[in-house]
Amino acid sequence: MPEPLRAVVAEDQALLRVGLTRILEASGFTVVDAVDNAPSLTRALASPEVDVAVVDVRMPPTHSTEGLVAAIEARRARPGFPVLVLSQYVEPLYARELLASGEGSVGYLLKDRVADVDGFVASVRQVADGGTVLDPEVVAGLVAGAGREQPLERLTPREREVLTLMAEGRSNAAIAARLFVTEKAVGKHTNAIFTKLDLPPASDDNRRVLAVLAWLDGAG
Amino acid sequence: MTDLVTVPPPTMLRRIGSLRPTPVDGDALVDRLRLTAVSAGYALAMAPALALAILSILCIPLGLVMVGFALAFAVVPATAALTAVHRRVSGALLGERIPAAYADASGTNLLTRPVRWLTDKARWRDVAFLWFSSTGGFVMSVLVVGMLVSPFIHLGGAIVDGGVWWWILVLLDGPLLVAWWCATPALVRGRAVAERNILGHSRVERLEQRVSEVTESRAETLDHSAAEVRRIERDLHDGAQARIAAVGMNVGLAEKLIQSDPTAAAELLREARETTITALEDLRSVVRGIHPPALADRGLTGGIEALALPLPLPVTVSLAVPPGLPAPVESAAYFAVAECLANTAKHASATRAWVTGAHTEGVLRLVVGDDGRGGADPEGSGLAGVAKRLAAFDGTLVVASPPGGPTVVTMEVPCPNP
Repeated sequence: MPEPLRAVVAEDQALLRVGLTRILEASGFTVVDAVDNAPSLTRALASPEVDVAVVDVRMPPTHSTEGLVAAIEARRARPGFPVLVLSQYVEPLYARELLASGEGSVGYLLKDRVADVDGFVASVRQVADGGTVLDPEVVAGLVAGAGREQPLERLTPREREVLTLMAEGRSNAAIAARLFVTEKAVGKHTNAIFTKLDLPPASDDNRRVLAVLAWLDGAG
Repeated sequence: MTDLVTVPPPTMLRRIGSLRPTPVDGDALVDRLRLTAVSAGYALAMAPALALAILSILCIPLGLVMVGFALAFAVVPATAALTAVHRRVSGALLGERIPAAYADASGTNLLTRPVRWLTDKARWRDVAFLWFSSTGGFVMSVLVVGMLVSPFIHLGGAIVDGGVWWWILVLLDGPLLVAWWCATPALVRGRAVAERNILGHSRVERLEQRVSEVTESRAETLDHSAAEVRRIERDLHDGAQARIAAVGMNVGLAEKLIQSDPTAAAELLREARETTITALEDLRSVVRGIHPPALADRGLTGGIEALALPLPLPVTVSLAVPPGLPAPVESAAYFAVAECLANTAKHASATRAWVTGAHTEGVLRLVVGDDGRGGADPEGSGLAGVAKRLAAFDGTLVVASPPGGPTVVTMEVPCPNP
């Protein structure tokens, strides 16, 4: 049995903090700290004993985006530190800020998604493993606005579909299952996407993040 | 309970009614005698006015040898005092307020203050008034008094002296008295109007002041709306939205545990059910904060009655407000009363409170009072917020809350009859 992942939960609303802690503990995580404000979060994340953080965007003291800011700071201090950001609204702008460092291990989901406990836990694990998980809402919003963006116009509708699923953090196998095609076909699509977006050869995980970033930036 | 009586202006100075010579009755006679007495006062005021007028003019050449500065410190305040009396008297006769609008002289010293006076249009209007009061205005007022008094002098002269000229004058007194009867209201009113036009703001200044008031109240209204929208967003985010998300989490976890730990799953579901109830309560309170159902269904009167019911002290509501006032005014009035009653319940230690209100002559007037300990701060955030919200409708809020109580908050909002 592998060591359980050690998680920090940051959420100012007690009901949700308790709910998240319960879900993570019931799914084999160790919740080492559950905090309700940004300064405590920053302190908790300074400990090397933490594998992943689940963070609410809006927290005291100012109730704006201190959760997001604390997460970005923590990732600056520990590049690639896995953070899954939760929010009641998704803002593509915040997604871009989270992804801006170009490293993976980051997620941004609506709080609604937590109700799908298995899906949520899978997302947390994926982020802890270095993956990128974006909420379908963020992705949908970007797809709607994607028409004006030059590099993305080069993608075929099918490739765009694949990119959407990539942004949601799905593996090639999962994308293949979803689109009822072979994994090999998905591999072809992803390579076509990387080429069309002019992404340099690199590890596949990193290129997937870059592809999503390209999308978010609309620049390529 | 405090009697809420609006104090009428002193009888001597009440508004001039009709200018027509009819009806000829006791009331009309008393009114003309009153106006004649006021004219006598106006005429007597000519003496200080003339003195101050001459001294004012002397101030300028004498200013070169510094004596004028000293003189100004006596003359200018004395002029202001005299014009203040005239503003009040003429304003009352016209049934309006004649505001003094002197330039702010705070922060000036003994040398710069006369300079500030010299550049203040309002002070120059005072000087113009002094000359009017000692010339044309004086003639108007003396005429009124003279037309009434001279017949008595003529009659006295005729009886004491018996000369034929006295009797001729007595014969002319009939037309003179008729002239007094007919012309007095118009002459007094004419003088009051002239004083208003000299002493009051010019049209441009009035408009300037109005524009700056409107600009300020518009900015405050926008601030207020922005704060309200922010509050609603926060309430939803922290309330219903968070609770519904928590319900989702509980149900999701229950779904996962239902096979392995049915007891825990049942407990999670029970919690979820309770949370849906509080989520609905949150939504209801947000809706009440936006547009209360009782206000929507029953108008202002019903809304305020509904507001008073759940308070922990007896509240007497006595409103004579017609239905169909403009919705924004109703809403502002409702929230204003809500704030006052909430303050009463929270701070006043009162045993009872009351809300009275009426819509008369195009003004909605609401009074909220309590028998508590008083000392309410009109600058406190709650009442100041209400005042700002009412200001958007040119409304006013006056707080009377001496230490020891009672507290009476009077709100007035001009709004047309429905």
